[in-house]
Amino acid sequence: MTLPAACDVVVVGAGPGGLAAAVECARDGAATVILDEQAGPGGQIYRGITTTPMQKREVLGADYWHGAPLVAALRSSAATYVPRASAFAVTRADGGGFEVGVAGDGAAALMRAGHVILATGALERPFPIPGWTLPGVITAGAAQILLKSAGLVPEAPVVLAGTGPLLYLVAAQFARVGAAVDCLLDTTPPGRLREAFPHAAAFLTSPYVAKGVALLRQARASTRIVRGVERLEAIGGQRLTSVRYTVAGRATEIPVRALLLHQGVVPDINLSNAIGCHHRWDDAQRCFAPVVDAWGATSVAGITIAGDGAGIAGAQAAEARGTLAGLHALAALGRIDSGERDARAANAQAHVARWTRGRAFVDALYRPADAFRLPQGDTVVCRCEEITAQQVIATAKQGCPGPNQMKSFLRCGMGPCQGRLCGLTVTELIARERGIAPADVGYYRLRFPVKPITLGELASLPQTTESTQAVVRMKAH
Amino acid sequence: MYRRLPDAAAGARAVMVTIDGQAFAARDGDTVAATLLAAGYDACRTTPVTSAPRGPYCLMGVCFDCLAVIDGRPNQQTCLIPVRAGMRIERQQGAAAFGPAAASAPDSR
Repeated sequence: MTLPAACDVVVVGAGPGGLAAAVECARDGAATVILDEQAGPGGQIYRGITTTPMQKREVLGADYWHGAPLVAALRSSAATYVPRASAFAVTRADGGGFEVGVAGDGAAALMRAGHVILATGALERPFPIPGWTLPGVITAGAAQILLKSAGLVPEAPVVLAGTGPLLYLVAAQFARVGAAVDCLLDTTPPGRLREAFPHAAAFLTSPYVAKGVALLRQARASTRIVRGVERLEAIGGQRLTSVRYTVAGRATEIPVRALLLHQGVVPDINLSNAIGCHHRWDDAQRCFAPVVDAWGATSVAGITIAGDGAGIAGAQAAEARGTLAGLHALAALGRIDSGERDARAANAQAHVARWTRGRAFVDALYRPADAFRLPQGDTVVCRCEEITAQQVIATAKQGCPGPNQMKSFLRCGMGPCQGRLCGLTVTELIARERGIAPADVGYYRLRFPVKPITLGELASLPQTTESTQAVVRMKAH
Repeated sequence: MYRRLPDAAAGARAVMVTIDGQAFAARDGDTVAATLLAAGYDACRTTPVTSAPRGPYCLMGVCFDCLAVIDGRPNQQTCLIPVRAGMRIERQQGAAAFGPAAASAPDSR
């Protein structure tokens, strides 16, 4: 990991938002560093785009290969791309700007930056069903990552389960490589179409319609689809052996070797939360998202968010939001004036409008059912500390008011994933028990480092005021 | 259990690693997590709390379920680390063991 000591703009993440933001900043001569936790650029949507063994274009599809020119643009730009580097802290530097703590390859470093663009993207929403911790259960996104990056597919019988367009995309992609999924258990509750109907006009004139229809047709041709699934359970001892599901009150158990779960994606807010950016509860998407303006600017001056990390809108919108975030950073640094910023933003703004059209319909249609967001009994909620739903519910009943107090009782959310796989579940369970809105329950108060770092990595930092601040809370601003 | 698609197997370069002491020909470019899955291990560790078996879940660096011991260093996120020739991969049992003993004598865990 080789980092410059200082730069104008640091971009965290190399998916569509981060790539577009870095290219925009570098185009203008701003010294730009793009940090990527992965070994190669593309984020998860374009995962392995420069190395994938799945070279037949029709397998992963045109939407995947759209990422190739984005990465090419980064490569031909002056931006410095740093793979396998985790941003674990972003703190204010004395004398203006920020100090970014970066870990990678067993060492850590601090880098000064005038402006920071977070492009940390999305992660799959927690899917807490009985048995979701068993080996053999992975997310649908994970299965897609294995296909894109390594050409690996799970051995039959394979079941996909949950709700949302990605399930159908995965079913179609697996069918194209001769690894058709045996069964797709759709948990979309009846009545969602009615709830989504007010947004239908925008959806029907959006680019998503044609894509959706094609995917549904391909998935149907290869995979048995079971709709109206009300309950789902992964069963096994040392590993997954079967899946039990319930439709109209009737349970069926089928032997499986792999279960791929998915019920949408949510913003990865750990870094923006720890920095102290304001967040809000998004009731339609059932998640917390940073409060940003049309440029992606947060409540903290100098911190801008590009892409799905600022609220889910998909890859195409993320790319355009990356361009807007880059332009905002250039204007905030005084490298361009607001007139030039606005003039250069027109295309990206039109792109955002085009690709956010119809999203409200998708959000309403695929909002996961309560049964799959609000687990009960001994279903694990916090995978790291192995805390169950009944423990969280019982602690809330005893008067524990929120997720941060819950930590003291249960250690819930205090494992290495830092709440990413349990935070939303805990907030919603407490909200239901207390009879209040998730917005009023709030979320985990996150701290630096937002990714675990070793003492050895910490010790490799120069001992300065900044290095101390990098592991304590950001100074008041 | 996972299988490699013919498109991915063709032209792949092999790198030799060990998994729990057993030699395995990994595909150059794969992560350690993908290597474990390709080798037939869908569990890479047991948990510190209840000793339950766990395997890779998200494969994108957020869930921390794919932790294993790599070249004597415990708690490595195998889904973020590319495989290297000569790499010593071990499944992790319970809480990580630290210190020189853990690094030099992994069998004593």
